[in-house]
Amino acid sequence: VAVRAVVRRSFYQDSMVLMSVAARLRRHPGVREAAALMGTPANHALLASAGLAAPEVKTAAPGDLVIVVDADSDAAAAAAVEAAGAMLEERARTVGVQRRPRSLEAALAQRPDANLAVISVPGAWAALEARTALRRGLHVFLFSDNVPLADEVDLKRLAAERGLLCMGPDCGTAYLGAVGLGFANVVPRGRIGCVAASGTGLQAVASRLAMLGEGISHGIGVGGRDLSAEVGGTMTTRALAVLARDARTEAIVVISKPPSPAVLPALEAAIRAAGKPVVVCCLGATNPGGAGTWVGTLDDAADAVVAKVRGSAWSPRAFADPGAVRARLAALGPAHGTICGLYTGGTLATEARLLLEPLLGPVRVLDLGADEFTVGRPHPMLDPEARAAQVREAGHDGHVGVLLLDVVLGRSAHADPAGPLARAVREAREDRRRAGRGLLTIASVVGTEADPQGLSRQVDTLRAAGVEVLPSNAEAARFAALALRPDLTPALLGAS
Amino acid sequence: MTLDDGLEGPLRVINVGLDLFADELEAQGAAVERVDWRPPAGGGDVAALLALLEDDA
Repeated sequence: VAVRAVVRRSFYQDSMVLMSVAARLRRHPGVREAAALMGTPANHALLASAGLAAPEVKTAAPGDLVIVVDADSDAAAAAAVEAAGAMLEERARTVGVQRRPRSLEAALAQRPDANLAVISVPGAWAALEARTALRRGLHVFLFSDNVPLADEVDLKRLAAERGLLCMGPDCGTAYLGAVGLGFANVVPRGRIGCVAASGTGLQAVASRLAMLGEGISHGIGVGGRDLSAEVGGTMTTRALAVLARDARTEAIVVISKPPSPAVLPALEAAIRAAGKPVVVCCLGATNPGGAGTWVGTLDDAADAVVAKVRGSAWSPRAFADPGAVRARLAALGPAHGTICGLYTGGTLATEARLLLEPLLGPVRVLDLGADEFTVGRPHPMLDPEARAAQVREAGHDGHVGVLLLDVVLGRSAHADPAGPLARAVREAREDRRRAGRGLLTIASVVGTEADPQGLSRQVDTLRAAGVEVLPSNAEAARFAALALRPDLTPALLGAS
Repeated sequence: MTLDDGLEGPLRVINVGLDLFADELEAQGAAVERVDWRPPAGGGDVAALLALLEDDA
């Protein structure tokens, strides 16, 4: 066994590039484990915990690239490290990185008519770039997370002063007209405007609107903390005002965590001032009883706003097709054991937990995109392997009787998220068959047929692995509850 | 493009960070200028201090 490491000083590469380098190194002959990352303190800790903290990497700084290879022999390790260098040289040549401007200011000199900055650098530096962009009159889409709250307050105040949008930090998805930013599903344009503190929440609503035959005018992301007392809803209220003025927008959906009580009056004032129907989906919030139509799930948000624009009646329902659900549950028989939710979408995880806990008591639902799981590695929507490992682990854990999963499609997401997941599910279920215990696996897919991954292709991949695929996350969670607690059937499905 | 432009009109983007996002924007017809970003020399603290000084200027 040989560990070989190399440090390239001042050689920044983004996490996507590093992920593909590490993946290719792992396939190199004789390589057991490989890492390609920047020398941040978090990554040093990660290397140490993986037993890859070779002496030569100890001095690597955040701007230095670290490549570590653990191989069967010194020759294999050396060959892999050399291959990594060649990969990076090749990339630098093909994308013409050498000719790019080195700063936002330099890029603006080349394109003085720019109107939007898309920023996804590590959180420690993101506010600096966003501030420069806003000062130069650009709207900002700020994907980066781990941006200090004080910086967010400051950036949004600056944006408000200049009549600009600061979408984020931690903004995963937005639609400006027909153009999707970040993780965005391919959906038609239409008459429904969205204001979203959650990327996956916006994706779920936009995809369901598309399924219902509607489209979106704009989807303005605001970042997860906008309705906190500190930020004060600055961007949510501005986005509502923009959509109120937008001639194409006939009704508006607001998607968020529960607002701080301190922000609620401003939110309600903005809803009233909109002069258009506003549906509010603040997962976990109770309806304050004032302005807007408050709903409890992402499904309800899409269904209610469609009813508004069509002038039809609407009431929430647990399942689109209760008969099919009843028949499928009868065919499967009751499940036994605990439930384990393994999610890539944070808002979908929250929605599932909020639906399950009143029915089942405390449940284990993990958001694998949360900071504690993504230190030094890409988001699970980009790299499905981390969750696949967790699925296999749940297969070994004999207590888990039901696995609950999400799959999120769209631009920028992995090309085939269902593929690695289905392989892991197949292995976990095979383990269980040998042990004589079942593992009911339930999933929903956020996406559209027009997405690069294709909704029905992804659903078929999951079903072929024995996964029960429900039409939405809320239905998947309720289906899981019914499989574990058949006595809940009258409450969720009505009398047979 | 200010808010009152109603967000219509072509997007002209400066991308600072993941190339993936620039690729997807170009695929949708937006004009994109990509910054070859790297962490500021001396770390974020120095750069943030310089930005504060610029605020006062």
